[in-house]
Amino acid sequence: MTDASLAYGHVDPHHLRGLQDSALGHEGPASKRIVTGFGFWIFLLSDIVMFSCFFAAFAVLHRQTAGGPSGAELFDLGSVAAETAFLLLSSFACGLASIAADVRSARWYQTAMAVTGVLGLCFLALEAREFASLVARGAGPTRSAFLSAFFTLVGCHGLHVSAGILWLLTMMAQVYAKGFRADIQRRLLCFALFWHALDIIWVAIFSMVYLLGSAV
Amino acid sequence: MLGKLDFSAIPIGEPIPLVAAGIVLVIILAVLVWAGVKGYFPYIWREWITSVDHKRIGVMYVLLAMVMLLRGGIDAIMMRTQLAFAFHSDGFFPPQHYNQIFSAHGTIMIFFVGMPFVIGLMNLIVPLQLGVRDVAFPTLNSVGFWLTATGALLVNVSLVIGEFARTGWLVFPPLSELTYSPGVGVDYYTWSLEISGVGTLVAGINLVTTVLKLRTRGMTYLRMPMFCWTTLASNLLIIAAFPILTATLAMLILDRYLGFHFFTNEGGGNSMMFMNLIWAWGHPEVYILALPAFGIFSEVVSTFSSKSLFGYRSMVLATMAICIISFMVWLHHFFTMGAGPNVNAIFGIASMIIAVPTGVKIYNWLFTMFGGRIRFETPMMWAVGFMVTFVIGGLTGVLVAVPPADFLLHNSLFLVAHFHNVIIGATLFGAFAGYTYWFPKAFGFRLHDGLGKTAFWFTLTGFYVTFIPLYAAGMLGMTRRLQHYDVAEWRPWMIAAGVGTILLTIGILFQILQLVVSIRRRDELRDATGDPWDGRSLEWATSSPPPAFNFAVMPNVAGEDAYWTIKSKAKQQGLQAREPDYRDIEMPRNSPTGFVCAFFATVMGFALIWHIWWLVAVGLVGAFATFVAFAWRDHDEYVIPAAEVARIDRANLAERRAAINQAEIPA
Repeated sequence: MTDASLAYGHVDPHHLRGLQDSALGHEGPASKRIVTGFGFWIFLLSDIVMFSCFFAAFAVLHRQTAGGPSGAELFDLGSVAAETAFLLLSSFACGLASIAADVRSARWYQTAMAVTGVLGLCFLALEAREFASLVARGAGPTRSAFLSAFFTLVGCHGLHVSAGILWLLTMMAQVYAKGFRADIQRRLLCFALFWHALDIIWVAIFSMVYLLGSAV
Repeated sequence: MLGKLDFSAIPIGEPIPLVAAGIVLVIILAVLVWAGVKGYFPYIWREWITSVDHKRIGVMYVLLAMVMLLRGGIDAIMMRTQLAFAFHSDGFFPPQHYNQIFSAHGTIMIFFVGMPFVIGLMNLIVPLQLGVRDVAFPTLNSVGFWLTATGALLVNVSLVIGEFARTGWLVFPPLSELTYSPGVGVDYYTWSLEISGVGTLVAGINLVTTVLKLRTRGMTYLRMPMFCWTTLASNLLIIAAFPILTATLAMLILDRYLGFHFFTNEGGGNSMMFMNLIWAWGHPEVYILALPAFGIFSEVVSTFSSKSLFGYRSMVLATMAICIISFMVWLHHFFTMGAGPNVNAIFGIASMIIAVPTGVKIYNWLFTMFGGRIRFETPMMWAVGFMVTFVIGGLTGVLVAVPPADFLLHNSLFLVAHFHNVIIGATLFGAFAGYTYWFPKAFGFRLHDGLGKTAFWFTLTGFYVTFIPLYAAGMLGMTRRLQHYDVAEWRPWMIAAGVGTILLTIGILFQILQLVVSIRRRDELRDATGDPWDGRSLEWATSSPPPAFNFAVMPNVAGEDAYWTIKSKAKQQGLQAREPDYRDIEMPRNSPTGFVCAFFATVMGFALIWHIWWLVAVGLVGAFATFVAFAWRDHDEYVIPAAEVARIDRANLAERRAAINQAEIPA
């Protein structure tokens, strides 16, 4: 390896060099952090493919109300706006937790993660309230194909958030018990990716299900 | 307390599954007792069940596939026997049993034979070909395998406790909805596949990350062996397609368990949405199974022709083209849905286009053989048999891709013959080729050649005698999934297919015999060099079986056909006498996580099938506890000291040097 190629590494913080693999000769296995992050990205992509099926099902079935209520009659956009705010703010807090982990500040990390979790729980509480009120009004998932698709899509996202909160708690406990070890840092990276991906999916749900659904 | 489960779940009235299950139980018990008496349990637990070594996991995948091949094969024998006799009579099996047999046959052959076979071979070989020490996520790899095994176990449990689906291997609604299939059969199907689907997805993520991020120094994309490329393509398809299966089956589960209306006739459900979704997974699945086989044949043909693969870059291009186009043809599985002439035409054309890259591959293999010094060892026989068989299957495929023709052939035995033609021709022959080709790599001795060739000829002949008659019967209008029939013209073809099945069975028996004989004569068949076939890629650059760390020193790749290049250079210049610079090697520690996860998944799956809700909770909590315990461990790696690495490597290096020096003397 020449000095020039070593120097090149310094000016390439984002590893774009990898794109020129075949030109420069491949340098061997990537670091564990890159491998873990990459693998988790792929998992997220597959998760998004799964969501896309539920989106597709919703798109196919959203007019199949079987004589029951439609989205426009059911959705309370104010509550959904609050849900969105909670989720996006929790993502912001999650970003702060990542920064705190980068500078190894356990106190700020735990605070930011706790805020992330509480905001996530607020989101879930609002969602649960929405679901409960729909069921109470006779608009449960068994009422029509439209409501089946609605509950499945939104509920699947809710399940992801719930699983994310369980994961968040274990991450807080891991940092508390073991500190910012390299492997725990990698898991934090994955958790942060997961939490932000749930935002992306929520934005799609918000637009496709609630906004478009209320317009009909 | 036990949900829907009670003693009526055991099919006392049907002696055949009970006797079959009894025999299987006796065999399992005998194996367990034998292992217990010999004191093998600690070894099996330490070295296999908890192993995170990609080679061990690969071998276990293949073993699972072979055992399930026997189960699926017995289903096939029963079906062909039934149809050879069920002319103007009911045959041996009542309809409700016969319907379970063909559903189980398809499910098992695709999910628990084809998938584990190719995933096993990819697991075993790809890290070796890339010149690395393990896959990207070794523990997850073990989790993936054990979840696949869980799915297989649940399908087999349905033999004795309850029933399996009677709906065909893709559980089309509305037949599979609760109204028309009130039993637990469909639930066995959905939960087995949900669980094993997670395992497959994990394997897919693992292998894609391995190929894209873990190659050794100098192993650029266009120096990767063809098998690595097809592995990449196949696993990209897994990542993009298996979530669709998961989501689709989840919708069916919601319909059945909670009264949702995705695919029901009532409440605005749409059963054709199921067809679209399931085939958006199902067609890529065809290529998930076929592409790795294409990779195996590329390796085999090139090795046994003693030539580089012809048109390597066009092969890469063809592979990736198939990878993409395979997502654009799903509708050809139901042209008869009535989507309209334009939609049908587009999908018909797309289906014909996908034959083009496949044709490119066939020509590449032929030209690789052309002018080569061909050695007809058993794997090469499978490869040549594949080329002939697959071309026929491909041509009938192009035929049914023409919508008007498909309206006549849809759901007929012609279609059944077509997809067996391609899937046996490609995937099964490929799996057998890979098995005989890489067996010496995995175990250090070859399989008996004569018995392998005998098995090949019986299988090939048996295949044609079984399936060509099905084409004919299909042309005569015989539809699939018939339990009995009364059309005299069909009878001779059904009898011929029955005879073919006997030949296929003899072929399988010879393969079993080959394995037994080879193990008994392993000292004669031993290969000490690690390179029994004069191979070209890096898996042959290490000993057989490879040490836990695969390569004492990570290879540095300078061109295509990495090991061939090293060998040629060594033959010209003599192998370097200088010993490599051995270093300590860190390897991942074995972990029972996969097995424990699978245990809880099995408990949870069984409980869900039988509506035993408290047990579902136990399974969930157990799985979460396993996850936390796994996250809590402090030491996930162990170190193999340099001295130990050197000791292991020296012996193999000496053998290899002797072999290469011997080859130096001009013949």
